[in-house]
Amino acid sequence: MFVNKLLAGAAFICAAMPLAANAQMSGDTVKIGLITDMSGMYADADGPGGAEAIRMAIEDFGGTVNGKKIEFVVADHQNKADIGAARVREWIDRDGVDMVLAGPNSSVGLAVAKIAADRKKPFFAIGSTSSRLTNEECTPFTIHYAYDTVSLSKGIGSAIVSDGGKKWFFLTADYVFGTSIEKDTRAVVTEKGGTVVGSIKHPLGASDFSSFLLQAQGSGADTLALANAGADTINSIKAADEFGVTQGGMRLVAMNMYLTDVHALGLPVAKGLYMTDGWYWDLNDETRTWGKRYFAKMNKMPTLLHAADYSAVGTYLNAVKATGTDDGEKVVAQMKAMPINDMFAKGGTIRPDGRMIHDMYLMQVKTPEESKYPWDYFKLVKVIPGEEAATTKAESRCAAWTGATQ
Amino acid sequence: MANVAIVASPEKSIAMRGDVKSLHRAIFIAIAAILIVAPFVLYPVFLMKVLCFALFALAFNLLLGYGGLLSFGHAAFFGMAGYAAAHAAKVWGLTPELSILFGMLVGAGLGLAVGALAIRRQGIYFSMITLALAQMVFFFCLQASFTGGEDGIQGVPRGNLFGLVSLADDRVMYMFVSVVFLAALALIYRIIHSPFGQALKAIRDNEPRAISLGFRAAQYKLATFVLSASLAGLAGGMKALVFQLASLTDVHWSMSGEVVLMTLVGGMGTVFGPIVGALVMVAMQNYLAQFGAWVTIIQGVVFVVCVLVFREGIVGLIAKVIRRPL
Amino acid sequence: MFTIFDIPVQALFGQLLLGLINGSFYAILSLGLAIIFGLLNIINFSHGAQYMMGAFVAWMLLHYAGIGYWWALLLAPLIVGISGVILERVLLSRLYKLDHLYGLLLTFGVALIVQGLFRNEFGVSGLPYAIPPELTGGQRLPFMFLPNYRAWVVVASLAVCLATWLAIEKTKLGAYLRAATENPALVQAFGVNVPLLLTLTYGFGVALAAFAGVLAAPVLSVNPNMGADIIIVVFAVVVIGGMGSILGAIVTGFSLGLVEGLTKVLYPEASSTVIFVIMALVLLVKPAGLFGRTA
Repeated sequence: MFVNKLLAGAAFICAAMPLAANAQMSGDTVKIGLITDMSGMYADADGPGGAEAIRMAIEDFGGTVNGKKIEFVVADHQNKADIGAARVREWIDRDGVDMVLAGPNSSVGLAVAKIAADRKKPFFAIGSTSSRLTNEECTPFTIHYAYDTVSLSKGIGSAIVSDGGKKWFFLTADYVFGTSIEKDTRAVVTEKGGTVVGSIKHPLGASDFSSFLLQAQGSGADTLALANAGADTINSIKAADEFGVTQGGMRLVAMNMYLTDVHALGLPVAKGLYMTDGWYWDLNDETRTWGKRYFAKMNKMPTLLHAADYSAVGTYLNAVKATGTDDGEKVVAQMKAMPINDMFAKGGTIRPDGRMIHDMYLMQVKTPEESKYPWDYFKLVKVIPGEEAATTKAESRCAAWTGATQ
Repeated sequence: MANVAIVASPEKSIAMRGDVKSLHRAIFIAIAAILIVAPFVLYPVFLMKVLCFALFALAFNLLLGYGGLLSFGHAAFFGMAGYAAAHAAKVWGLTPELSILFGMLVGAGLGLAVGALAIRRQGIYFSMITLALAQMVFFFCLQASFTGGEDGIQGVPRGNLFGLVSLADDRVMYMFVSVVFLAALALIYRIIHSPFGQALKAIRDNEPRAISLGFRAAQYKLATFVLSASLAGLAGGMKALVFQLASLTDVHWSMSGEVVLMTLVGGMGTVFGPIVGALVMVAMQNYLAQFGAWVTIIQGVVFVVCVLVFREGIVGLIAKVIRRPL
Repeated sequence: MFTIFDIPVQALFGQLLLGLINGSFYAILSLGLAIIFGLLNIINFSHGAQYMMGAFVAWMLLHYAGIGYWWALLLAPLIVGISGVILERVLLSRLYKLDHLYGLLLTFGVALIVQGLFRNEFGVSGLPYAIPPELTGGQRLPFMFLPNYRAWVVVASLAVCLATWLAIEKTKLGAYLRAATENPALVQAFGVNVPLLLTLTYGFGVALAAFAGVLAAPVLSVNPNMGADIIIVVFAVVVIGGMGSILGAIVTGFSLGLVEGLTKVLYPEASSTVIFVIMALVLLVKPAGLFGRTA
């Protein structure tokens, strides 16, 4: 009896609670949010390092813009689209976040793009590689800043073929990323005069690649392309080294790799590997200075994602300063109108479909003998100009760009 | 053999003691009241997440706590229904209640298929079959084109309820979800406290004896399995519309592990336990999200502590203290 | 040269050999699980985490103490085995009287904790661990290039599996263990310290997992998630073989490696799922497993 009364009373109190209004809107700060993988397989490529890079950008800008304080929040999407989406929703609806950046994982990126666009907030896709972000799912507010599957495949495909790698074999992870990169690269390779002699799909997260590599070796190809990412790429490369794939004369091409992956593999195993990157710390004096600043804080050299985080925030803040407002539409229009010249990109522009065009770099991993100091991992083989590494307007599936004229 | 050692309060008979009945009625009212007030204090999307997972846990508890069957693959029903509902809403353009219903039916169908195969074995082997079949569902979802692979189905429209009321506003959606949740809770409550539920408990506690008394154990178990799968499907379908996406996370085996944890923490074999369990787990994930890997560690610690000293769960402990079944 | 299933015989042999190598990992891991389940009735969900710990301890020994691979093969299982003993003494032993379920949940929780801690400490990209110099290079066989290290893996696991099987089936200690599973009270009455036996058995099972981890370190990425990826597959192997059967675990481990290898050639996309399909079939036809005794 008593218990019943207790519970009924509790219900009553609950009902009588003052109905608090929803959380406040912050109109007096400029709030930036980074949602990224802080603990999963991409945590080293972006993760806490990305947050640090953004803090550096805010610091370099002076901490305030147009008299308003700049605030920064970061959260882990744990590689789950619903967690990422829910968090970003909450940020924009409740916490007054004005701009969102997303780290790796295209599934999260696509979800967040939609949410940001519905609420008219600028969204920078930094780590997601899915080219859908600037094609089928393009929005006026999505800016695909660092790179996408197209830039990975176009650049490396043509560069390797012209360098002599004519017979290709694909080892592809059997999921959307893998199959789309394979498809894009195949198209480029055959267009440039190469042939695809074979391909094999492995299950995502397969731990042993020896069997697939054996088939690749038996195919007669001179180039082995790894259309996978993360741990799959690392394991493929380790196995390739063990089974003497490169010693046997095959060229190894990693379609999606980060500086931190090379660090994890070590040069003795990764030497000779070809890959495309959007940025490298040792390219020129500007990148070196920034890279060393980052190193002082994180004890690792930055990847292109960290540099892109820094640059994107700088670009955004410059646009906010120029327009005098943090209104999403005006800021995006400003960003699409101004060129980007910083340590990440020279002469970079944001196209109407949202893609940020900047140069990509074909890199080869150095041998241990060639590497003179820590993190000296890449030699630059070729610069791939921005427009060559992106979807052309003719190929674009972004209705807003191809349909209407801006 | 392995029937789960449930720490549940003793129940006297089908016709429960009057004070227990009124206690439960009061709890229902309290829950309804909290649901009405909560969105003014807490973020509605967070609440909807809690409700969807609470329903998932309630469905799971029906099978585990009352049926004594530990399924390791419940995420298959939850996630697959999510995909079904998302597809129905986005590609076929069905109204939300029809999409969710479709999701529920898919969950039921899948439950029937899996259950029919799994029921034939007992204990740990039952659990292993559910795990194996759930893994196959996962790989199917990974490969099938309509699920969008690791991108998932994005941009699912919430649509207009019954073709009339737009659910785009979070508050309106919340009201819909709350109503569905309360209805499902009431349904589960009725099932548990019905002759069917009593027979189920008898089978759980001593199957040979129940069979000797004339109960067709296999049919009861299958029926419970299908019910549990359908309700899990209902939860999954709703979640797909709340978040407007369906992804692989929902069919992954770690999701099956999470629902076990929710039920364990809340209290297996209690009616309201899973709700509390879901609240605790979702709140934890939400507020600890910024700490990255610590979430996993804390979840692990919670598991360990619960198993060692806290087997009856939060609500089970309360039930023990007030000496009434909850 | 002639072909079977459209594949040249030579290539097929190569794949089967590779499958056998993978099977060695499965065999050792499922052996550890089978021992723990068969003799303690505990489903050790932290087996994957302990496998991962074995690889990491090997890396740490090399990195911090300069202790190389060969010593690590001995030390890492010992260290991780001791951690297993502590786990058993402090936590697991309290659950023996309860249902299987609780042991499983506890070890699952422990796995989450261990994986989370390692992830916090070491990140997720993985750490490099080189193949020991004595085992680099390989043999040019007619049908493939066989790295020496992989050949060593097969030899080492066969040796360990055989030794374990002999110990359990043919020695007095093994006899005590088997008796203790059937009737602990009676065995204790005979003066055998049964709790100690159980503790050491758990420690040994864990040490086996760690041994597999050290074997894996040079060829797979040493990262905190490596255990989680493999544990589900190993469970399937154990269930197919028969949950308490030592011989079943060993034979099934190697056989399934072969089956997986074959699948990788014929239908590679399904190579991850084929084990579960087999598991479901076996469970429906012979639930105690291929070599198991019916419960």
